[in-house]
Amino acid sequence: MILEGKQRIWSEYQKDIPDDHWYYVRSCIRQNFFPASERMFTHIVKDVLGKDLYETPHHTTCGGIAYHCDTIPQETAMTIVARQFALMTEAGYENYCPSCITSFGNYAEILETWREYPELEARIREDLWKACRREFKKPRYLAHSSDLIFHWRGEIARLAKKRLMDVRTGQPLRIVEHIGCHYAKMFPSKGVGGAEYPYVLAGMVESWGGQVIDYPERRHCCGYGFRQYHVKANRGYSLSNTYKKFESMEPYHPDAIVTNCPGCPYFLDRWQYVIASQTGKTYGENGHGIPVLTYEELAGLVLGYDPWDLGLQLHQVAVEPLLDKMGVEYDPKAKYLGLNKEDLMRPELPTQIKCY
Amino acid sequence: MTDFGFKLSKSSTIDLSRVELDRFEELCRQEPGAKVCIGCGSCTASCPAGRLSGMSVRKVLLGLQRGQKVNDMLQCCMLCGKCTMVCPRGINTRNLILTICRIYD
Amino acid sequence: MHDNIVIIGGGIAGMEAAKALLALGHTPILIESAPTLGGHVGRWHKLFPDLTSARELVARLRSEIVGANIFLGTQVISMNRLADGYSLKLSNGIVINASALLISTGFKLFEADRKEEYGYGVYDRVITNADLEDWFSGADDARIPQQPQTVGFVHCVGSRDLKACNGQCSKVCCATAIKQAIEIKERFPFARVYCFYMDLRLFGKKYEDFYVNAQRDYAVQFIRGRVSEVSETIDGHLQVKAEDTLSGKPLKMQLDLLVLMAGVVRNTAVQELTSMAGLETDSDGFLRSRDNEYAVVESGQPGIFYAGACTGPKTVPETIAEARSAALSIHAYLKTL
Repeated sequence: MILEGKQRIWSEYQKDIPDDHWYYVRSCIRQNFFPASERMFTHIVKDVLGKDLYETPHHTTCGGIAYHCDTIPQETAMTIVARQFALMTEAGYENYCPSCITSFGNYAEILETWREYPELEARIREDLWKACRREFKKPRYLAHSSDLIFHWRGEIARLAKKRLMDVRTGQPLRIVEHIGCHYAKMFPSKGVGGAEYPYVLAGMVESWGGQVIDYPERRHCCGYGFRQYHVKANRGYSLSNTYKKFESMEPYHPDAIVTNCPGCPYFLDRWQYVIASQTGKTYGENGHGIPVLTYEELAGLVLGYDPWDLGLQLHQVAVEPLLDKMGVEYDPKAKYLGLNKEDLMRPELPTQIKCY
Repeated sequence: MTDFGFKLSKSSTIDLSRVELDRFEELCRQEPGAKVCIGCGSCTASCPAGRLSGMSVRKVLLGLQRGQKVNDMLQCCMLCGKCTMVCPRGINTRNLILTICRIYD
Repeated sequence: MHDNIVIIGGGIAGMEAAKALLALGHTPILIESAPTLGGHVGRWHKLFPDLTSARELVARLRSEIVGANIFLGTQVISMNRLADGYSLKLSNGIVINASALLISTGFKLFEADRKEEYGYGVYDRVITNADLEDWFSGADDARIPQQPQTVGFVHCVGSRDLKACNGQCSKVCCATAIKQAIEIKERFPFARVYCFYMDLRLFGKKYEDFYVNAQRDYAVQFIRGRVSEVSETIDGHLQVKAEDTLSGKPLKMQLDLLVLMAGVVRNTAVQELTSMAGLETDSDGFLRSRDNEYAVVESGQPGIFYAGACTGPKTVPETIAEARSAALSIHAYLKTL
């Protein structure tokens, strides 16, 4: 692998990321899957970095899940999105930051479609006005929330309490980065680093002291694939795609996986349990799985937050081996205590993959 | 093992690095015509067994190079000789078929 | 000087045209921007289908045009239309008034790193057809292993590819891939060699024989499917993916070396020159001939002629034939003045 070759490609796929004043929209599902991730993002941006980040409770789904499950036409998704833009315009913002990758792809696709077919944009504006008497300006900048963390990765590194290093050996941790398909595969120029060698997560890993693993199936989809998962008859395809990735990354012995999509970390995490239960195979050390983190969770660990406040106890794969390597202190007894120290009760632990 | 109601699907990908080609190479030694097929399908189109059984000399020749168990198809061959007549690359398909049956027995 | 003929581009088209014009009693002026004559062919090792030496061809042409005025390392910096010709200012300060111009500026090899999915410049063992020719000619290349067991060739890299903004067929790469596959087999008889192709376009004299040779005598494997993605394995091999379209199944394999058949694209370095001369571009991006069937060597401008790959991908014999044709057309044109 020739790093300079990648660096040359990265230098061609830079995007403008304004330093302040963002309108933030949450994902439909991330707060259920990874409950502290978005909370950690707003905390880092507003409280740690002191930036202006605005949210409104009137925000709804962008329609992306229904669109990608083929249950609504794109015009419907467009009108929903037009309303989101109206909320941004009314709040006085022009930098739009979705937390969800599919949303990001949905917004990028809609803006690009409107650019190509202005008459369609005019029709959606009319539909929105008829439906709810709202008007909107299109965002000046569209960036995914991982783009923002990428943009501020250096500042986070300066504030870091922990680094992505194995404290016992002094070696950098070996991190697999996984990018959601809808981040840049549709529009390579909209992603930091492009679609073939995305830099958005690799840049964070490098800045925070880790070593990025590039393995043969790196570009492969996590397997979620909306209809692949949601239709139970197809669920084996979803699982098989994930399995293909793990088989491919196995020889590199990754210490962790970091992702920037709502679905990917969920499936890369949960399917390890299913694979172990069906085949007996695990991919981490000593019967563990490979911990899978969102980039906000990883940033949270680097900034020294308590792993249980980051919601890491809700992962299927045990994160403790990673915490031990990074030298993160944690109280095993507090793992299943809520923020208010209320007992969340202990889940039943699987037998084929080592969990605590 | 837990039953989830769904399971890993078998990959349909051909992993060419893992395909055993020793027997195919032996075939090429005995019938060098095996190497020059261009997949035109003339043999299949003219095969009297093909339209009844799905047999295809083209598919057999390709399948053997991709590690697929396809030689059983040849049992339907009636050695009528039409495929030898039509092959634009002049492959001795009769010898090819008989040699495949011998080597891949 | 009246009846000056300026040839812009000293590849084989410009050299052959100079030779033909000398034979017709003219003394052409040959301008080449590079420090040596020969262009792309000068860099090539052997030519298909008879594996003749490209360097010898260029050396022979070079010896046959000693009577021409040759300016190396020289470019045209400005051009003005005169009543009966053109005034050219060269980068060496010389001004030439010419009655006829021959554009033989050739093509550019597609920059293979633009097909990011193939990893040229990113993966250690991915090279181009041009790199391989350099190596055949004796240059060192650390990317080529000592004893490769498996070698792949990807046809149509940057050709017939709208994503690469290059829709046309590069014409010479199918035969070049077969030639290089044979040459690899001659150097590494035990290597398995695979050609990944979309269509095989072997239209020229003896090309089909060449293809049969590659199959029968060198056991080169042809897989009908375009490589979709290349990656590197932990032990430094390449993993390539394609569809084996003839069996209708996805296919993957590991290779020790991958050669990308970078295609022929228009020479953007001469854009300024062609706009100064008022020359038009055809829908394929190459220079537009006055007539694509009947007058390929004539431009739309009086006294400006074409030869070779500036009007589209060409083989060596086609280029040579065009150069001679252009020389005759120029000779006839000068008589009309």
